[in-house]
Amino acid sequence: MTRRLLWTVPPVAVLTLLFLYPLALVLQQSVQPDTGGTSLQPYADVFASEAFRHALWTTVWLALASTVGCLVLGFALALVIAFVPFPGAKAVARFIDVYLSFPSFLITLALLFIYGTTGIIGSFQFLTTPWGVLLAEITYFTPFVVRPLLAAFSQLDTAQLEAASSLGARPWRVVRRVILPEALPALAAGGSLVLVLCLNEFGIVLFTGAKGVTTLPMLVYSKAILESDYPGACVVAVVNVLISVGLYGLYRVVSRRAGA
Amino acid sequence: MSGGIRFDSVTVAYDGNVVLDSLDLTVEPGEVMALLGPSGSGKTTALRAVAGFVRPASGRVFLGGRDVTDLPPYRRGIGMVVQQYALFPHMRVEENVAFGLKAQKVARGEIRERVALALEMTGMAAYARRRPRELSGGQQQRVAIARALAIRPDVLLLDEPLSALDARLRSDMLAELARLHRELPDVTILYVTHDQVEALTLGDRIAVMDRARLRACGTPRELYRAPADEFTASFLGGANLLPVTVGEEGVFLGGRRIKVSGEAPGAAATLCVRPHLVGLGDGPNQLAGTVSEIQWRGSTHRLCVDVDGNRVMADVRELKDPPAHGDSVTLHFAPEDAVLLAAGVTDD
Repeated sequence: MTRRLLWTVPPVAVLTLLFLYPLALVLQQSVQPDTGGTSLQPYADVFASEAFRHALWTTVWLALASTVGCLVLGFALALVIAFVPFPGAKAVARFIDVYLSFPSFLITLALLFIYGTTGIIGSFQFLTTPWGVLLAEITYFTPFVVRPLLAAFSQLDTAQLEAASSLGARPWRVVRRVILPEALPALAAGGSLVLVLCLNEFGIVLFTGAKGVTTLPMLVYSKAILESDYPGACVVAVVNVLISVGLYGLYRVVSRRAGA
Repeated sequence: MSGGIRFDSVTVAYDGNVVLDSLDLTVEPGEVMALLGPSGSGKTTALRAVAGFVRPASGRVFLGGRDVTDLPPYRRGIGMVVQQYALFPHMRVEENVAFGLKAQKVARGEIRERVALALEMTGMAAYARRRPRELSGGQQQRVAIARALAIRPDVLLLDEPLSALDARLRSDMLAELARLHRELPDVTILYVTHDQVEALTLGDRIAVMDRARLRACGTPRELYRAPADEFTASFLGGANLLPVTVGEEGVFLGGRRIKVSGEAPGAAATLCVRPHLVGLGDGPNQLAGTVSEIQWRGSTHRLCVDVDGNRVMADVRELKDPPAHGDSVTLHFAPEDAVLLAAGVTDD
């Protein structure tokens, strides 16, 4: 028994040193205003500021919209890759694996090359608007939905699809009534992953150069680096962490209830 | 007349590999046709061509006189049951059975009625609220049958429906299927199987397939009593196949004259005798040999006897004092129990 307990020491030590301690420092910093002492004043200041509320709203709606976009696009793509036999379907599936390893700013750069002010297609101003960020996030994060869906579809018994169509179901009904219900756990997994990643996305927002688009991570960055307002930055960071952890908890509850 | 299936020179090929070679076959309305053959014989492909899941390279498929070759599966109105049940795991039993009715936009009240009826027929009414994973294999297959019957198809396709079940359950389900067919005499059934017992039990007629081709087609009795060729004889029931020569003076096995009722197909022929029709001891058509193998099978003994280099199998009632390996024995069979087949039609 003691030997087993000994084995818990290394992971806990690493976790504490590399993760929990810095997190505690951030928490501590967030309740220590520049004026000295310990108070919740930084929280009051941040929550009262228009910039914070705006950033919070922008973060949430961008993340939600991106997630919905990724789910719809990802489901459609995965359906085609898994069920429409076309030459190269395997290669496409493999490319999606590679795509997952790309850094997020790369896709933003690619979009800039195509649509940006000096881009191939021409200068579309929308890249520097929230819509540009949305486009980039959907483009980058869709494979995170496709991947688990393809895994789920490969488990799906094609005899079920055939049984459904022999019973008179048209392809669209087969998708809705047979494929979609069985893909729900994979959609929930992919969707919640994308949601959390979008909430914390920094590179894409920075690289689109969208001036009006300030998300929570951007706010942390500008407060800490540009304004040297460390307590304020830490407050925003704490809020960001809380939202992420909260969403994760929600996902666990929902997925357990769905029996996944 | 509704129902009925007709294959008109149906050929199916995958990447240039012919898996079904110019099949001509008519299944009459209300008939049970057993498609019997080893794996890779093309029997499942033939069934899938009727369902619409494979497209013939040439030839046409007719259902109830209507050419359905170009129709998608969902417009053919066919019931299908496969080996692995293929139930929808996220739906309850009753939802599974209702699936086809909803797809065909049947009125809500009628759906409830027909689901109840289909579950009643298959003895699954008590399980309506269960999920497929809570059922045994046999129960799942009953649900699959109920689901296929609920849409009231003229044609029911059964693709090795009992192969995933254990032996005991299989014979129960076989009786069950026979009962269902008695209750639904108008439904045309195409029953794909590699099991000769299922084919003999259920089939009004049996179509024997081998290597993408139809080898023989007839009633179970015809095919069993007078098989058309060596493949049919050995695949359907097992048979002694002995090379004989036919001349003016009669039929000769080795140097021995054999009496056979029926016509000889040519100078070189194959004598076909079922093992259970071969007796031990003296009698007509006597064959002497030495026992090379003996198997006790409970109610019977199977003797394998070496007769002038030919292996002859005999299934006899359990012997009190069975011969031992190497003993000399005499076998016999009645002239009317033997059939002469054309020699060497099978190339193996």
